[in-house]
Amino acid sequence: MNARIEAPSSAARPGPPLWLLLELTYRCPLHCVFCYNPTDFANTGQELGTDDWIRVLREARSLGAVQLGLSGGEPLAREDLEPIVAQAHTLGFYINLITSGIGMTEARIKALKYAGLDHIQLSFQDSTRELNDFLSSTRTFELKSQVAALIRKYDYPMVLNVVLHRLNIDHVGEILEMAERIGAQYVELANTQYYGWAWLNRDRLLPSREQLRRAEQTLQRFRARVGEKIKVFFVVPDYFETRPKACMNGLGSVFLTITPDGTALPCHAARMLPGLTFPNVREASVQAIWYDSQGFNHFRGDGWMKEPCRSCPEKTRDFGGCRCQAYLLTGDAANADPVCDLSPHHHLVTEAVERAAHSGAGSARKPNEKVLLFRDHRSSIPVTTLQPD
Amino acid sequence: MSAAVSATAKPAIAHGLRLQWEPAQEAHVLLYPEGMVKLNGSAAAILSRCDGIRTLTDIVADLERSYGVAGLSDEVAAFITLAVAKCWLEIRS
Repeated sequence: MNARIEAPSSAARPGPPLWLLLELTYRCPLHCVFCYNPTDFANTGQELGTDDWIRVLREARSLGAVQLGLSGGEPLAREDLEPIVAQAHTLGFYINLITSGIGMTEARIKALKYAGLDHIQLSFQDSTRELNDFLSSTRTFELKSQVAALIRKYDYPMVLNVVLHRLNIDHVGEILEMAERIGAQYVELANTQYYGWAWLNRDRLLPSREQLRRAEQTLQRFRARVGEKIKVFFVVPDYFETRPKACMNGLGSVFLTITPDGTALPCHAARMLPGLTFPNVREASVQAIWYDSQGFNHFRGDGWMKEPCRSCPEKTRDFGGCRCQAYLLTGDAANADPVCDLSPHHHLVTEAVERAAHSGAGSARKPNEKVLLFRDHRSSIPVTTLQPD
Repeated sequence: MSAAVSATAKPAIAHGLRLQWEPAQEAHVLLYPEGMVKLNGSAAAILSRCDGIRTLTDIVADLERSYGVAGLSDEVAAFITLAVAKCWLEIRS
């Protein structure tokens, strides 16, 4: 998620959870190789019921939550999406449906409009039918194109989201043309973040520096031509950076995610972090979770930091980067994010980039199904102990 | 840079965006896909008058009356021009 919200600088008293993400279900008809959902999603407990979701909305809103993302999995898999949206609208949320489009019909998009849905973020995997369908391991390109037309017909602001990686980053020009053609006002070109399924597929998904440079040039030309009419957010692939992203504006600062089974997380990937206990909304109020729980308080402020972050003047800007990335790469979530070139572990990132450049060379246009792991229910349990090689 | 907004222009909150008061932030905010801007008092006073019906001249007059000051014209026009450039406002004719 790439929300643009100003972070409160003081950690002493956390501000409200301004941004609420409800992952309504992990069910999803797609099997994307870069999905950030936990690789053991099949082990997740029972999904919350409608009443529980509505209670979460009410409690979060009373604390000050205002931006609402409805995500998954595929949120359209929930038959009670419309009443959830209606309740959220009544409470005053600004509501974004984050969807693959699969399961959207004219009747539902109309009902969602009536319920008060504000905008729709539609994901495509590529500008071509071939690669879109390959990457999601489905035949969905035409269907998504039809959903884009419905989004326009019902006058929703449309955000087109495409996750970028080695196999599709050379198509940025075509992706932007597609966005223009289907009438998107916002485009999010989100370079893959390496968590969940993407972490397992990292060596096959990392682009090369040259690919990245070409994509950025294409983007500059597009911006110069189109101007403000279509806003393009380009989420940089942080493995190529020398300073880490201000992940989540610091854990527990503005973001609150509720997973399908009701577990509350300060980031949708945070469940992997060892030593943290994340409460469930079935057992605790949103207020108690946000302000009082160990899982939310642990990484607030800078008391947890080690060197080089602790004495670094930039710590108030990037908060030491991403805790999940620090954990995945170094084994200790309190270390500096190794994307930072001041981190003693920075070589782990540069080596990964180097290794990926030599893995599956020339595969940019010929994806090889055998070496990619598709997100599906069957492979969810066996893969949980795998690491990228 | 965008051209200055004319005196007869009727600015409105851009389609799909929403301006609302947030008690928890003690501020008006402007909500848009993927983000939110927390507004200061004068920005909120101007934007909340941009209803697509009133002209720039009407808005300035209303602000000057409400706050008991004169000579706001340039300041308001400059902010509205900026807000249009940022796609927070659109001009209705």
